[in-house]
Amino acid sequence: MITRRFLLKSATLAACSAAAHPWLSTMTFASVPGDNRLVVIVLRGAMDGMDAVQPYGDKGLRALRTGLSVGPQGGAHDLDGFFALHQDLGDLLPLWQAGELAFAHAIATPYRDKRSHFDGQDLLEAGTGNDLPIDQQKGGWLNRLLQDMPNARAETAYSVGTEEMLILSGKAHALSWAPDARLSLSPQARLLLTDVYHDDALFREAAADAEAIGGSLPEDRMMGAKGPSADAVKLATFAASRLNGDTRIAAFSLAGWDSHARQQQVIGRSLGQLSAAILTLREALGANWARTTVLAMTEFGRTARENGSAGTDHGTGGAMLMAGGAVRGGTVYGDWPGLAEGQLYQDRDLMPTRDVRAYAGWAMRGLFGTEAGHIEGTIFPGLDLGPDPGILR
Amino acid sequence: MTPDFPSIAALRLGYGFAPHAAAPGDLAAVMASVTEAARPDQWTTQAAADAQIQLAESRKALNAKEIAQEDYRRVAQGLNARRLEVLQRRVARALDAPCGFGERLVQFWSDHFTTVAQNPPQYLMAGAFVDEAIRPHLNGRFGDMLFASSTHPMMLVYLNQNTSFGPNSRYVKARPEKRLGLNENLGREILELHTLGVGAEYTQTDVRELAELLTGLSFNIRDPQRFRVQAAEPGADTVLGTSYGGPGTDGMAEIARVMGDLAVHPATASHIARKLAQHFAADDPPPALVEDLAATWRGTGGDLAQVHAVLAAHPALAATFRQKARQPFDFLIAALRSLGVTGEQVLAMEPSRVNQVMWGPLTLMGQTFGRARGPDGWPELAADWITPQTLSARIAWALRQPERLVDPLPDPRDFLVTALGGTASEALATAVPRAESVREGVAIVLASTDFNRR
Repeated sequence: MITRRFLLKSATLAACSAAAHPWLSTMTFASVPGDNRLVVIVLRGAMDGMDAVQPYGDKGLRALRTGLSVGPQGGAHDLDGFFALHQDLGDLLPLWQAGELAFAHAIATPYRDKRSHFDGQDLLEAGTGNDLPIDQQKGGWLNRLLQDMPNARAETAYSVGTEEMLILSGKAHALSWAPDARLSLSPQARLLLTDVYHDDALFREAAADAEAIGGSLPEDRMMGAKGPSADAVKLATFAASRLNGDTRIAAFSLAGWDSHARQQQVIGRSLGQLSAAILTLREALGANWARTTVLAMTEFGRTARENGSAGTDHGTGGAMLMAGGAVRGGTVYGDWPGLAEGQLYQDRDLMPTRDVRAYAGWAMRGLFGTEAGHIEGTIFPGLDLGPDPGILR
Repeated sequence: MTPDFPSIAALRLGYGFAPHAAAPGDLAAVMASVTEAARPDQWTTQAAADAQIQLAESRKALNAKEIAQEDYRRVAQGLNARRLEVLQRRVARALDAPCGFGERLVQFWSDHFTTVAQNPPQYLMAGAFVDEAIRPHLNGRFGDMLFASSTHPMMLVYLNQNTSFGPNSRYVKARPEKRLGLNENLGREILELHTLGVGAEYTQTDVRELAELLTGLSFNIRDPQRFRVQAAEPGADTVLGTSYGGPGTDGMAEIARVMGDLAVHPATASHIARKLAQHFAADDPPPALVEDLAATWRGTGGDLAQVHAVLAAHPALAATFRQKARQPFDFLIAALRSLGVTGEQVLAMEPSRVNQVMWGPLTLMGQTFGRARGPDGWPELAADWITPQTLSARIAWALRQPERLVDPLPDPRDFLVTALGGTASEALATAVPRAESVREGVAIVLASTDFNRR
């Protein structure tokens, strides 16, 4: 019995063997699926949306939190008289003012109640609901988007980082590379390995891709990245370098959001990384920033109440960050559910009022013209897209 | 080229050649390694539960300001070091085994029954899973391994069986506000992944009935009780046409009975025969090998010793030589073995060194230890492992690590023979002497297709 997966992999290999540099050789002349670019950042560990974007205008907030999320009085930046931006996202204020930064609040995936990071992230990346059998939960929603894009090629989508990104895994061929991956060979070693790999298509092509990708890295810039946000800067730099070429979709993840204790320090560090990643993308993308949408999403929010160790525990509703020249910024999107008694989910978490996938769905509809029926039936099976929130310019 | 038996035994069945161990000369030596691997290591459920309790209580004490931050950090760091030790001990046994077949089987069966650790104490529990559910049954019956796996705390937690309750059980009826109920996760995976295989003829009803039969299984770090009758769904359950449980039966014994029946089911024989053949012989496994393994399984009621022996002696292994890519863990062990690194050296490594030489590189190569993506385990196909960035990570290891581990480095021409015996291709044998330095010569051997395939 030959499995479908085996056939898929074999077909990919056979195609690779056809040319020495299967994607590089055609890169310059390839038609690409439009000029718009989508970057998805998965925030692993559950970002506290109520701290990143603090609803200080809601009178209920102070009853739930005293040390955290106190709004402008605690150093946060007022956004619109109701929400305030966490001080460690302060470097992004110019983007807010330029209309290039927005948030969606009180959002969630369909995942409920078990509040497991692992399952929550899997569901976020799979883009499915809870009701599908496990074999249909394989593969990520960005890959299903890729399958639907005309003129998509391997380099159209890039997974960046050492870990396998479920969000881009699936039938369509996407490229992957880790900024820390290096192929640093002396000319002689390169020559010898070329001989050694010559008769083995799998090794020959992987090495050719590795050499091609590795050779095109903005080496000096990335080597220079230092400090607590160095990894985020490297990921963003690499993603931008691809997006400035033929890549239109890039995905990477930032971890470290699980702020059960000492949240101020934990989330401060992580927000600093997110902020650095966004600013790096903006700078490195140059003119292409105008056609870029960045979505930073997390598996779930955190408890509305502060816990006993100056942190928060796993919750439900949270927030998503949207940035880019293509975004209609300066707005916190969503219906605010309120924080008063009876308004919390299970008397514990921010009540989600919209599926986070609806925002991603409207983004891909605007960026790539994906049909609504395809989004609701295939890319995010079971999703009700609902009315257009108008997040893109 | 048809490789000789010692080369087959070392490269295809084991973790490769080592200068400190002669390759096994016959089938008896190969099978002796399975007996050796069946001996448990040091990890136990009790120790893992104690570690979990210790961490929880330290956190509580820290929150209550009874201990200082650095006291808590010391506990957490200690646990982290023991997490690394699970890898170190696994590597050490694979390095010191004269023939690696037994340890390769530990890897295969631990992956067949995949669990994923979420935190340091769970790594210890995953270690206990291997020692308590896998190793003792390597030479025994698959049905016993299946029962041990399906009732082990690591599996109960990983596949949510510890939160599955009979909807009509006394336990659930007494707590209506908690809305407890059935979780099908373990029941489904037992049928789909561990026994029959997804293509077999079972239905959603079988999944649900098996899940109901499994209710009552539980695990709590402070309670050794593995089965609580008050949480079990009352009444009999029918799985694949056979009735289990019901009035007057013993819950645990009935779970053992259904596992015994699933273990000898012809679909289970075919499913696992194919997996074994695919893992040891070729991504597209030779039908004759699959059928011989399945026939042995059916004929012996899933006697693993006999199934393993048929595999080890099968001519298909020579016929499909080098059709498999070594997975990163195999690559790491084979590289360390060929360099003559011993278990003792690995066990003596500081945590930072373990991260530098083993844990970190495995992650860069795409196989973080103990962290398969899902319950279906690590992928099997060569194309899953040889990607641009993961091949680069192998080449980087080959260039950087050997000189940190071995002083002086071996002459590359000698190393070619140490690492590959007489199996090196002409292209590699030509390339190695042309390397500009010893370091690069050794690296070319380790990065070669010959070495990265088996």
